[in-house]
Amino acid sequence: MVDTLLPTPEWRSCNGPVSGRGPFIYAGCQSCIMLHVGKDEKAKYPFLPEAGKFLQDQGFSLAEFGTDPVLKVIVDKAYERIMAATRGSVYRSALVGGKATGDHTLNMEIFSFLIAIVLIKLANHNTLVQRFALNESRRAEAFLTGDLSDTQDRSRSDMARRIIHDVSGTQVVQSNHRYLIPVADYLIHSKSFHEREWKLVNREVDGGYIILKPDKAVRLVRHTLVTYITSRINKSPVPEMIPGFEVMVAQLVAEAERLTPKYVVTGVNPPCVEHAIKVLEGGENLPHSGRFMLATFLLSRGKPIAEIAPLFRNAPDYNERITMYQLKHLAGEKTGTKYMCPSCNKLRIQGLCFATEECDGITNPLQFGRRRMAAGDVAAQEAAGR
Amino acid sequence: MKERENEFLKSLFKKYYFDYIDKIPVPDALYEREFGYQKFDGVGAMIRHIQIADAGEFKAFLMGNAPSDVYCSNGYYSFPALPLKEKDWQGADLIFDIDAKDLELPCRKKHVLGVCEPCCRSMTGNPDGTTTAAVCDGCGGSESKMRKKSLPCKPCMQAAKKQVRGLVDILCRDLGVSPGEIKTYFSGNEGFHLHVAHDAFRVLGRQERSDLADYIMLKGLVPETMGMSKIRPDKNGFADLHEGGWRGRFAKAAFGSKTKRASIISGLVKSPDAGYVEFQKMMDDAAARIGIQIDPGVSMDVHRIFRMPFTLNSKSGMQKAPCPDVDAFDPYTAAVVLDSDSVAHVVADCPVRFGLGGRRFGPYKAETVELPAYAAAYMICKGFARMA
Ligand code: SF4
Ligand SMILES: [Zn+2]
Ligand SMILES: [Zn+2]
Repeated sequence: MVDTLLPTPEWRSCNGPVSGRGPFIYAGCQSCIMLHVGKDEKAKYPFLPEAGKFLQDQGFSLAEFGTDPVLKVIVDKAYERIMAATRGSVYRSALVGGKATGDHTLNMEIFSFLIAIVLIKLANHNTLVQRFALNESRRAEAFLTGDLSDTQDRSRSDMARRIIHDVSGTQVVQSNHRYLIPVADYLIHSKSFHEREWKLVNREVDGGYIILKPDKAVRLVRHTLVTYITSRINKSPVPEMIPGFEVMVAQLVAEAERLTPKYVVTGVNPPCVEHAIKVLEGGENLPHSGRFMLATFLLSRGKPIAEIAPLFRNAPDYNERITMYQLKHLAGEKTGTKYMCPSCNKLRIQGLCFATEECDGITNPLQFGRRRMAAGDVAAQEAAGR
Repeated sequence: MKERENEFLKSLFKKYYFDYIDKIPVPDALYEREFGYQKFDGVGAMIRHIQIADAGEFKAFLMGNAPSDVYCSNGYYSFPALPLKEKDWQGADLIFDIDAKDLELPCRKKHVLGVCEPCCRSMTGNPDGTTTAAVCDGCGGSESKMRKKSLPCKPCMQAAKKQVRGLVDILCRDLGVSPGEIKTYFSGNEGFHLHVAHDAFRVLGRQERSDLADYIMLKGLVPETMGMSKIRPDKNGFADLHEGGWRGRFAKAAFGSKTKRASIISGLVKSPDAGYVEFQKMMDDAAARIGIQIDPGVSMDVHRIFRMPFTLNSKSGMQKAPCPDVDAFDPYTAAVVLDSDSVAHVVADCPVRFGLGGRRFGPYKAETVELPAYAAAYMICKGFARMA
């Protein structure tokens, strides 16, 4: 059963075209047929390099967008695209079922993305970059899932697999209606997921591959989309201020300021806490137990609630009011009962422990760093001859 | 302390490295590995962060240091000789440790001895085979000086081999490792070590390896994976005997046969609430029976310096010997490599009889005996004999 499912070795290493199985895109592979990135694809995946030159290709210069009243619609849309991201609501695309209703819509989709990047570069604020990348990756996730599972039009699923490969380095193998991910890739990508369903043991594993449904396959690599879009933004050059953009840019800066957590990660947090912060920053879902650990830990370290709350802002289900209420509750402001940070043992069982050697001998994350300091003191005293 | 014993072992080990040096393969990617060793008189201290340049240096390392134990990193580094944080880790082989003591077979109470460290008195007795008498009846020393030592046992080895076969099966069939990438060794004492050089796994970190270990041990399974759910479970979704991976293995272990499977499932779906709890129990039970008993700490470790193949294990004086054919492998002859021609006189104390190197030994009651050198070394390593 396994063997018929899996690609032949030639196919896997893509040594040449294997009849009836191409096109199969592999990074740097000469024998793969390049897929054509059409306008539809550029609209769905405007972060692709192919979409980057769209402005010039269409004969527009950036300066025109600042002054031309007709193009103003696009700039407004770009602004809205960023603001939607700061609110955490996925930008409502004009594409219907991944298809545009007309050429105009397609142009709008691509232009607004590119102009949004220009605005973000001008605002030069990391919070905007993070939020925007996160939301755009969620938007692309939906399209990728649709494309990947398209069984009628093979070129769409091939395109989806190519994008996944370019962005994450992972080769999704398609075999009938099954999507196969190499074991090692799966382990690396699923690392930050805590739901038990993502544990390898709860997956179908066969012949070196994990078999996934299309939505799960795309979900698995979504975090690489975030990284990819972020680095594309960071790498693109900062343009000169475009006359006509000043007000919008100022508003974006103000919004970004408002959103930026004042909390500074100190670096002496235990791995479990650092990990939880990273998961939240990446917009991944941190389970309730993880949020509980993070909040109680920071509260015990004396962080004020106002500085902790913003950490949860990127969570997919963030609600400011509820978060504040819960934090106050944990801090004991409601009932007088303060909640303690769970023990390492408990966290280990919950899959939230990421112990390193520095965790040796501690039983609660709050002890992290203290022991090391204590040992250092002893050494210092010994050195001083006492 | 134990100076004469250490001298005796040291000279035997030295002779082994001298005689066998050309048969000990040089590890691949030699220059990227960290090496370490212990000495007989070094009270267990580990000398590590050693980098070896070439085959010549490798031979000198083994012959010149008269080591009691030799280790080689599973990790590859740019600078193996620097402290851990500066080594610049490049990847690591996946390694496995299967130890008979973790299998907790009932036979262990018959062949696990409590050995008194200062006086070499050994005893069995406690039915659970875990602890021994509170005080040594030889010197009256306290229990804290007692060390548990296991004697050769065929059933324990059979059970460990079964784990090895199961592990190899999972590696090859589920995880896509090819048999040629797996090297299996007898650990030199009571278990097996597997070294897996599978390129795709080399870069995996601690956390990824931990998930992989859980998979192999069948840990963290949820009922849904095997087809059971709390709300309206689907009869057709349950694991079936012909399936691959853990679903197939689980179905065989939990249901046994097609007909039993059908009747168990009917029972489960009738009352999903109770069924879910019952199924959870079936899973736990199956996991204990069919999950592979590896030491997860070893497999998670990307910086371990692991006993080097073909070297001697000072817990037994036996070799970490290659087992190309695990089934046919008999550790108690194949891994006995110390001198069998010369003899030594030792005072031995051992209440049970055991086989080693094709001969039977014991029982001994604190008596002076003449033994082949390899057997004397074994008993001294285990702690129940001293030089006469
Ligand atoms: S050992 Fe404790 S402090 Fe360290 S990562 Fe695990 S839970 Fe956190
Ligand atoms: Zn004693
Ligand atoms: Zn036994």
